[in-house]
Amino acid sequence: MTKQHANWSPYDNNGGSVVAIAGADYCVVAADTRMSTGYSILTRGYSKICKLADKSFMASSGFQADVKALQKHLSAKHLIYQHQHNKQMSCPAMAQLLSNTLYYKRFFPYYAFNVLGGLDNEGKGCVFTYDAVGSYERVGYSAQGSGSTLIMPFLDNQLKSPSPLLLPAVDAVTPLSEGEAIDLVKTVFASATERDIYTGDRLEIVVLNADGTRYEYMELRKD
Amino acid sequence: MGKAVIDVPPKGGFSFDLYKRNAMLSKDGVQLPPFTKTGTTIVGLIFQDGVILGADTRATSGSIVCDKNCEKIHYMAPNIYCCGAGTAADTEAVTDMVSSQLQLHRYHTGRESRVVTALTYLKRHLFSYQGHVSAALVLGGVDFTGPHLHTIYPHGSTDTLPYATMGSGSLAAMAIFESKYKEGLTRDEGVQLVTEAICSGIFNDLGSGSNVDICVITKGNKEFLRNHLQPNPRTYVSPKEYSFTKKTEVLLTKITPLKEKVKVTEVGDAMEE
Repeated sequence: MTKQHANWSPYDNNGGSVVAIAGADYCVVAADTRMSTGYSILTRGYSKICKLADKSFMASSGFQADVKALQKHLSAKHLIYQHQHNKQMSCPAMAQLLSNTLYYKRFFPYYAFNVLGGLDNEGKGCVFTYDAVGSYERVGYSAQGSGSTLIMPFLDNQLKSPSPLLLPAVDAVTPLSEGEAIDLVKTVFASATERDIYTGDRLEIVVLNADGTRYEYMELRKD
Repeated sequence: MGKAVIDVPPKGGFSFDLYKRNAMLSKDGVQLPPFTKTGTTIVGLIFQDGVILGADTRATSGSIVCDKNCEKIHYMAPNIYCCGAGTAADTEAVTDMVSSQLQLHRYHTGRESRVVTALTYLKRHLFSYQGHVSAALVLGGVDFTGPHLHTIYPHGSTDTLPYATMGSGSLAAMAIFESKYKEGLTRDEGVQLVTEAICSGIFNDLGSGSNVDICVITKGNKEFLRNHLQPNPRTYVSPKEYSFTKKTEVLLTKITPLKEKVKVTEVGDAMEE
């Protein structure tokens, strides 16, 4: 007698792609603004990027209800931290908090695919990439979401060291300038939009550097 | 020559030889590769002088766009065209097959093909496959008896309608038709309405996208407007040219010459032509 499975799922996938690239003194976090379900579009103007601290921005693709809950949880935890320590959380500290929060629900996970981008205490760009249950790693760049399989190989080609077999290992940040990184992000999203039905409408880019935070927007294909 | 036993699939129909293997694989958790579906918005409407068919141009395989500009309006006869939604291979195969059958029928009868003939060939074929041939069609044309528009479902049922939509974007397109359709539209009004309906599918349905194809069929004439509208250009082209300088790294070069099995010697005349 085979086990009866539920014909109702608590999860849904609202689609979309997110990308983050770390530079020597900047960090770029980007996400498309399309929210969909099945073959329909729910809205063309939904932000997947959340400011968790002055120097920590999280972009999440997946089930947006879980993402919203996760963002609220982290913001609340950050507020308490500020009261207790009289300072903002650093990006690496926020990265650890996010990992712990995700693993806490190991057996009923947040259906969220996250990238955390920001500046570390030295002012260098940092990007952390996660899976749904909190496994994370500091990297120079990352892509998550429905278009990640289209975006990541291109970023690997443009940003990664030629071969992992060649030593010495390359630093975690990319040698690109801020302008070049933004150009790369725009190209990569325009390309992902062509081939992924869940990515499109508009691109939101957040740029963090020593001067502060800047928001940029770009139109994407709406079909 | 002895008896050569060749494993040939039975004439026509499906071969279920791999059923056991597939069942075993799916028990091990291996999923079937997604076949190319056309997602799709296809429409047809009858206007003053004939029939107008419309279609989008996106073909999807799962959530990936595999063809950004495919042709979904298929030729059936000089006066009959058919839009196809569903599995791309099925729509292509069934329309090609019936198109050939219609040509043979034309030779047999010495007359222009009728839309109801194409309709009957298609529905008989689809019904006999009990819905396994996943083709949902909008068939339109003008023959001696006048303009005709039909929808055909994968299981073989048909409808005769003044305006019709099929595919994943059919609801988005039908919303437009139900609001704006009226009898006795002129050619330009008809083309405008069809374009609007397809655009509704393109922008509101994720399975449809890219361009609008139109086909206008009237008595004794047809106009195939491929890419009549292209409302989705690429939004960003980098001013900087991307270079792909990183090649696969050569870590070691070692040449091992193969041992010669046959000694080649140049002898006398070359082979005669």
